[in-house]
Amino acid sequence: MSIRQTALEAYREALPVVALSAVGGLFAGVVLGGMEAELAAVPGLLLLVPALLATRGNVYGSLGARLASALHQGLIDPRFDFADRRTRAAVAAAIANGVLVSCFAATAGFALLSALGRDHATLATLLGIALIAGTVSGILLTIAVVVVVFLGYRRGLNPDTLAGPVVTTTGDVVGIATMLAAARIVLVLGGG
Amino acid sequence: MARWTVREILADMLPVLVVLTLVELGSGLVLDTLQETLLQYPSLLVLVPVTIGMAGNLGAIMASRLSTATHLGLLSFEPTDETLAGNAIATVALAATLFPVVGTSAWAVQSVVGQTALPVATVVFVATLCGGILAVLSVVVSVAATYVAFRVGADPDDVVLPVVTNTCDVLGVLVLFAVVRLFV
Repeated sequence: MSIRQTALEAYREALPVVALSAVGGLFAGVVLGGMEAELAAVPGLLLLVPALLATRGNVYGSLGARLASALHQGLIDPRFDFADRRTRAAVAAAIANGVLVSCFAATAGFALLSALGRDHATLATLLGIALIAGTVSGILLTIAVVVVVFLGYRRGLNPDTLAGPVVTTTGDVVGIATMLAAARIVLVLGGG
Repeated sequence: MARWTVREILADMLPVLVVLTLVELGSGLVLDTLQETLLQYPSLLVLVPVTIGMAGNLGAIMASRLSTATHLGLLSFEPTDETLAGNAIATVALAATLFPVVGTSAWAVQSVVGQTALPVATVVFVATLCGGILAVLSVVVSVAATYVAFRVGADPDDVVLPVVTNTCDVLGVLVLFAVVRLFV
């Protein structure tokens, strides 16, 4: 294949997905704008937003890429029964990674703000939000990644092109929405 | 060859994720500090997640394709390599197509839900310039990261994608603010 053909094919394959993710990004921006009250009530949450969102993208983007490469190599089958040892391990590891790193981000963010003498919520509040948001978004994003990558592959699409943007799109929207829900739950439970 | 037990995947990924989290906390501090500028121009605030997301996406697609090509033994790290050059051109073309639309949409969304302090042309110009710069940067970052992973024998799926996406996140924030500071 020539460079021109490769470029055209890559462009055509990626354009719809990237355009869709732009719509998701705009939506995420609007949701974030609606979080003003929670961001004010939980000082330090804004600092965590990039880290928590990036963690969603990292962990579940890697899950998507791992599944995509394994499909290309014939290591796994695109089936939803989870009998496959590799698929099961990849999913379990992704959720464990997501929750552990979210809690690390909350702890490190708390330590950073304390060290700088900036305003911050209690460690328990930040950890609680990270734990709830990390777990719920992990389950939702795992479902999104596995369904899109497997269904896309079955229909003859390149899972490499699907995995990244789908994760970034759903990751941002799901990440901000679960953070908002988690912040509300923790605030109701008396955090702050 | 990828490693496929929970323990191995955790061992491969956790150290990288911890480092990237610290980087993202740094970019969180930057955003926190620049909050006033963002609130002054709400259409730019709406642009922030989209710009960061798109930069990450472009890098992620490029990196994912390069990773698979290295797995299959199909990639040579030469400027004339079809996979490399073709995807680089596609990345820049995608940015050139989409960022003007993103700018227009961000301005339109903001004018529906609130007030717009900036004319639509300024927002479109900022988005398009950011997109062009970020497309070039995301090509450079994804090629460099895949090359390093390939050389040291790491699985590009585990290492390259997080590094590329996070670098593009941070670059997205920095480029947006450089452009805003210079032209708004």
